[in-house]
Amino acid sequence: MRFSIYRYDPEQDQAPRMQDYHLDVEAGDMMLLDALMLLKAEDESLTFRRSCREGVCGSDGMNINGVNGLACVTPMSSLREPVVLRPLPGLPVIRDLVVDMSQFYKQYEKARPYLINETPAPRTERLQSPEDREKLDGLYECILCGCCSTSCPSFWWNPDKFMGPAALLQAYRFIVDSRDQATEERLADLQDAYSVFRCHGIMNCVAVCPKGLNPTQAIAQIKTLMLRKSA
Amino acid sequence: MVDNVAGLARTGLRDWLVQRVSAVILALYTLFLLGFLLLNPDLQFADWQGLFAQGWFRMFTLLSVLSLAGHAWVGVWGVSTDYIHPYWLRLLFQVVVILALVVFVAWAVEILWGN
Amino acid sequence: MTAVVEHDFDAVIIGAGGAGLRAGLQMAQAGLRPAVVSKVFPTRSHTVSAQGGITAALGNVSEDNWHWHMFDTVKGSDYLGDQDAIEYMCRHAADVVYELEHYGLPFSRLDNGKIYQRPFGGQSRDFGGEQATRTCAAADRTGHALLHTLYQRNLMAGTTFFTEFLAVDLVKDRNGAIAGVLAIEIETGDLHFIKSRATVLATGGAGRIFASTTNALINTGDGLGMALRAGLPVQDMEMWQFHPTGIAGAGVLVTEGVRGEGGYLLNKDGERFMERYAPNAKDLASRDVVARAMAVEIREGRGCGPAGDHVLLKLDHLGADVIKSRLPGIRELAITFAHADPIEKPIPVVPTAHYMMGGVPTNVHGQVLSQDAEGGDRVVDGLYAVGECACVSVHGANRLGGNSLLDLVVFGRAAGQHVTHMLATEHVERPLGEDALDPALDRLERWNLSSGGERVEDIRNEMRRTMQNDCSVFRTEEVMQEGIQKIEALQERLRHAHLRDKSKAYNTARVEALELENLMAVAHASIVSAEARKESRGAHSRVDYPERDDENWIRHTVYFAGQPLRYRSVNMKPLTVEPFPPKKRTY
Repeated sequence: MRFSIYRYDPEQDQAPRMQDYHLDVEAGDMMLLDALMLLKAEDESLTFRRSCREGVCGSDGMNINGVNGLACVTPMSSLREPVVLRPLPGLPVIRDLVVDMSQFYKQYEKARPYLINETPAPRTERLQSPEDREKLDGLYECILCGCCSTSCPSFWWNPDKFMGPAALLQAYRFIVDSRDQATEERLADLQDAYSVFRCHGIMNCVAVCPKGLNPTQAIAQIKTLMLRKSA
Repeated sequence: MVDNVAGLARTGLRDWLVQRVSAVILALYTLFLLGFLLLNPDLQFADWQGLFAQGWFRMFTLLSVLSLAGHAWVGVWGVSTDYIHPYWLRLLFQVVVILALVVFVAWAVEILWGN
Repeated sequence: MTAVVEHDFDAVIIGAGGAGLRAGLQMAQAGLRPAVVSKVFPTRSHTVSAQGGITAALGNVSEDNWHWHMFDTVKGSDYLGDQDAIEYMCRHAADVVYELEHYGLPFSRLDNGKIYQRPFGGQSRDFGGEQATRTCAAADRTGHALLHTLYQRNLMAGTTFFTEFLAVDLVKDRNGAIAGVLAIEIETGDLHFIKSRATVLATGGAGRIFASTTNALINTGDGLGMALRAGLPVQDMEMWQFHPTGIAGAGVLVTEGVRGEGGYLLNKDGERFMERYAPNAKDLASRDVVARAMAVEIREGRGCGPAGDHVLLKLDHLGADVIKSRLPGIRELAITFAHADPIEKPIPVVPTAHYMMGGVPTNVHGQVLSQDAEGGDRVVDGLYAVGECACVSVHGANRLGGNSLLDLVVFGRAAGQHVTHMLATEHVERPLGEDALDPALDRLERWNLSSGGERVEDIRNEMRRTMQNDCSVFRTEEVMQEGIQKIEALQERLRHAHLRDKSKAYNTARVEALELENLMAVAHASIVSAEARKESRGAHSRVDYPERDDENWIRHTVYFAGQPLRYRSVNMKPLTVEPFPPKKRTY
């Protein structure tokens, strides 16, 4: 297996470079993350994030042959060689495949991603019909890997002002939750020309989401709700 | 919430609405013109003048020109904020576009209602 | 002298999984200033991988009460669990689950709008009667939903996060109380001392001591390593749960909820073999029982596949609708890692190391316990432990499915409450000696000065293989004694291992070296404790001592680094109800 991997060590390199690697094993059922760990055993300076290795923690988002994805659920057998690995685009690189995700998290926080309900909590659960609960499917499963937002040109150009698909998915997750009472404020928060409206619906986010979620649809729903409220 | 005075409308929602409504108007206008041309294969200048002599069509045309200006402005504003990073250059570009659009609209009025 | 940045907080919590976040939330809501230190961004913690649910006797599906839940947990623990702690957990279960719901956790729902519950292994009604339906679920992504909800709630409450900071060691004050933690900021390599009046270990499990595990790569027992280096004990480390259904080859977990929803196991003859081992509960017997039955089937030649090395988990009969709505995550994992869509084909599964029942011993408030000279419990001032890294002990020799998420939130909350109370009622000071940071700094310095030697990677692989071969589902004296020697040799080799990459910025090689020291400490504690327990109880199955021995072994193993094992009595006195005396355990 052949690889070409983006390398940058802030203590040694003036500029990033691509480094070639070779691995003498059968791809078999191996995932890209398994291969990366074998490479790291040989070259311990090779740096990337990883945790659950089953596609639920969102640590190992990277740009794989030009497309964002999670290394741990990308089978080696599905990749054209040499496998070109780069960090997620559009965010500052800390080292090799590790990017600084603070801007991404800041946008997530801007979505006020928590249930707001001021009424005193009942002694047991707040009721929610299965139909209302179903509205959260396709929204709450987000793992914050950042594959979507870093594949979005609107986020590349305005990462400080456009919230990006991941944060907007969360915004909608709470807007549509029947238990949340802050719908009006949440929608008002998103009225400006950037936060939501920089989405031009090119759907890169939908194409790359490793969990098969659809942020573009959530964004469209936000716009529709805003229109309904202000009309 | 991000405030932006340079947007034609204050809110993203209005920009977005302007773009969608203007797109519908432009589509209708285009369809009408195409239909008119198809139904009049031997079109003479007089027929053309006849069409523009009618008040409702002048209004329709003006509405379409305004839509075109609005639509263009929202789009160009978006593109310029994405790609033109020096503030003064972006402002200059936007001012030039606004002036051009105003001139185009005035010109259209002149064509439609002038002598 | 290395530069160390100092911070001062009311409390520092090490680990941002379910337990750490619940503790932090409790304190932030009470107006304290807690800091949460985590080596990964909080939602990357291993709680995110929990699938099936959180157990609480809500009675939403069928009549239920916490006392039945308590009975099941005591029985599930094979009578090694502390009955005071188990009562505390089961009594508070409903409250903490309702709290989570109020926080916004997107539980699945029943038609009447209440929280959806599903049957799980080892659950019964009326003290051993019919199967109960007690595990509250958000589809098969309950851990994900829980972790994200708690993180979100902490954002709302204003908890301070030190994200991607690796805790190196606990720092002691002049009186031997714990006064905070020294941590490396991974991004820069800078050192930080986070001083606090209360320190909470919430570092999770250490399944990575085994070659095959459902655990995340980050589950390296950091809290246990830190406790042991601080001269504190760990308890019941021989008790490792092997989850019956890890995907063969990949080790990825398949929730017990699959069997709760009606799935079952088949051997190569297509026989539903659990009917032989547990005539009543069948596939929903306790995890230790099912895992052992599977291991026996495979060992006796009734395993599936060309190598006969796994059995099959069949669920296609549940129908596409149930699978898609109740088990969507499992379907995704099975397609990705086993190339089998469970709507059409069974999933190949094998018992896989999953959960550490042992840990740092604590009382029900999460306060860490050490032993005095007479073997009595002694509270360690300033130190708490919660979640998988703690041993309170509610799981004893075998944890029931759905009880781990519950353990996290119940005892995370309890520790938060106790810290709040302590800081409000006592004047707490932690005066530091000048050399307080030295042990932690020395530990780092040893790696910075290494100039040659073995690779960390090789030692780690050998350790994991040794634990897998010598200390897994079935255990024998001879093999374990060899295993202990091998692990001790590896410990020695690790002392001379080499870190080639000495850079500061985002040096994950250094992180892995430090993690291996923790893993090695856990591995040693585990195999030494296992060799000494000469009986079979719960997850601990001795081929040479196949019977449970209540006369001699209803006691906790207590391990201090570098000392002979000690023991501690099991609490058989619940807080308010009658004790459950040991009985023969059948399902």
